[in-house]
Order: sequence, then structure tokens, then C-alpha cells
Amino acid sequence: MNQTMKSFWAGVRAGSPLLVGVLPFGLIYGALALGAGLSPAAAQMMSSIVFAGSAQFVATQLVHESAPGLIIVLTIAVVNLRHMLYSASIAPYIEHLPMRWKTLLAYLLTDEAYATAIIHYEKEELTATSHWFFFGAALALWTTWQVSTALGIFLGAAIPSSWPLDFAAPLTFIAMVVPVLKDKPVVAAALSAGTVALLAYSLPFKLGLILAALVGILIGTVLENRKSAKEAL
Amino acid sequence: MNIWLVMLLGGVLTFGMRLSFIYLFGRFEISAAVKRALRFVPPAVLSAIITPALFMPNNTLDLSWSNYRLIAGAVAVLVAWRTKNTLLTILAGMIALLILQVVFH
Repeated sequence: MNQTMKSFWAGVRAGSPLLVGVLPFGLIYGALALGAGLSPAAAQMMSSIVFAGSAQFVATQLVHESAPGLIIVLTIAVVNLRHMLYSASIAPYIEHLPMRWKTLLAYLLTDEAYATAIIHYEKEELTATSHWFFFGAALALWTTWQVSTALGIFLGAAIPSSWPLDFAAPLTFIAMVVPVLKDKPVVAAALSAGTVALLAYSLPFKLGLILAALVGILIGTVLENRKSAKEAL
Repeated sequence: MNIWLVMLLGGVLTFGMRLSFIYLFGRFEISAAVKRALRFVPPAVLSAIITPALFMPNNTLDLSWSNYRLIAGAVAVLVAWRTKNTLLTILAGMIALLILQVVFH
């Protein structure tokens, strides 16, 4: 086996523990998207066009609540802002590659692909086939996401419509938020955003959601700056 | 807006953000202040979606015992806090809601 294929398969192996976490998410997403009223084709295509788990869950929830399209697009963008950080962090390692490689790897740059690739880049020396490792891990994750979405759509169609399947979205978000509530600024950000979302719920175009998110981010940032200012004294 | 257009725009924006600094490498730096603020994006956005889904299941504030989604959500928060397990959290909340609906209907 040549070096290219060795790197590729090493990447697939490094990414595979994360597949266990991705698979149930894809299943739930597929089932949920149908429950929210998306067609099977749209539900499946969202997994390849947007290809970002939490943003897809959020979009599905907003489709379910009949939010305006522009608000859904804006929310997808806000939820995916963190990818700019991944982009900045991974950039020096793939700087030398041709544009088609950069484009391909950027499309595949999910949370899990980033985590797998950056650990590899920081630990191993950069070689001529390092990007094949990144590609292998990312492609394994991409394939799992597409297949699990399809399975979820298939299962979702079999679940009776009286089941409150739409409730899986807020539950998924609870599972994502609660474990990161480790310090005061984050707790304050979550609580203030959650409260403003209730108070501003009746604003048109779901603008209450955007307002609540901005208030939460602002309060978290202010509290953290105050904390680090105190520590600096 | 058509759902396909929403997906296309959402996809293009997501891809653009993923490509941003890979493409601009060396020409741009993210400031430390922006990096710090980004940490608060997921908990803020997600909490803003969670609370109306739990407290306002019928678009008005419902703090009564018959708001099963609020009770099931509280169960899920507890399970998430104790186990930090995504799948267990979803299952616990879902089963709690199903039981409440079946028992009290």
C-alpha cells in the first residue's frame, strides 16, 4: 500500500470512534426533519448541502415553527460561526495545497473532522500525504452522516404521527447546552438568552430568537471580561 | 422563502465560513475578543430555542402541571446534568413526555 492510501486509512481509523456519536444524531435528524414537515428529498439534501448537525437541527425546529426563511438562514449562519475558528486554526497546515483541495477540505470541515485533523496535525510532522489523513477522517464522517440521515428518514416514516417526535429537537439542544454550563459567564449567557427568548417571543419574524442570542452572547462576554480584568489585578 | 433556497443559502454561508480563513490565510487574524465571544454562541442560541419549546408549547406561557413538555424538559436537564450523555438525555425526555401523555389523557 502506498503512502497516500496509508494516510487515508489512518484518517478513517482515527475518525471512526466519532462515528458512534454521529450515527444516532443522523438517525434522529432524519426522523425529526420528516416530522417537521420537510420532504424526504429536502431532509436528505440538507445533510449534503448544509452538512452541519446542530445547524440542521435548529433549521428543522424553525421550519416546524414556520419561521421566515431569512431568519432560518441567519440562524444557521450564527450557529455555524464557530467554523471560522476551525478554518483559522487548520489554515496553516493546508496552506500549501492547491485550491481544489482547500475547497474540498473546507466543505468537509465539521466539528468532528476538525477535532480529528487538528490533533493529528499538532502531534505528527507535516508530510506530503497529511491531507489524505484529514480527508480520510472527514470522508468517513460525511458518509456516516448521509447514510444515518437516510436511515432516519426511513424510520421516521414508520413512526406514528401521534408520537411527539418534534420534541427530540429541544431535547437534543438540552443535551448540548447543559454539559457546557461550567462557569458563571456561560450560565449567565444561557439563562439570559433563554429568558429574553420568552419575553420577546411575540416579536415578528422570530426576531426574538436573534435578539435573545445577541443578549446572551453580550452578557457572557461582559461577565468574562470583568472576570479576567479582576484576575489581571 | 422556499425551503430549497433556505438550504442553499444556509449551505453557501456555512461553506463560506469554513473556507474563510483557509482561503485568507496570512492576510487576516481573528481578534482575541471575537474568539472569546464565539464561546457563548452555542449556549445562547440553543437556550433561546429551548425555553419557548418548554415554557410556551402552545405559543403562550404555560407554567401549569399540565404543561408536560416543561416537566419532561426538566427531566432531560437533570439527566443531561448527571450523565452528560446525549442519547440518554433525549431518551429520558422523550419517555417522560410519552408517559405523561399516556397516563394523564
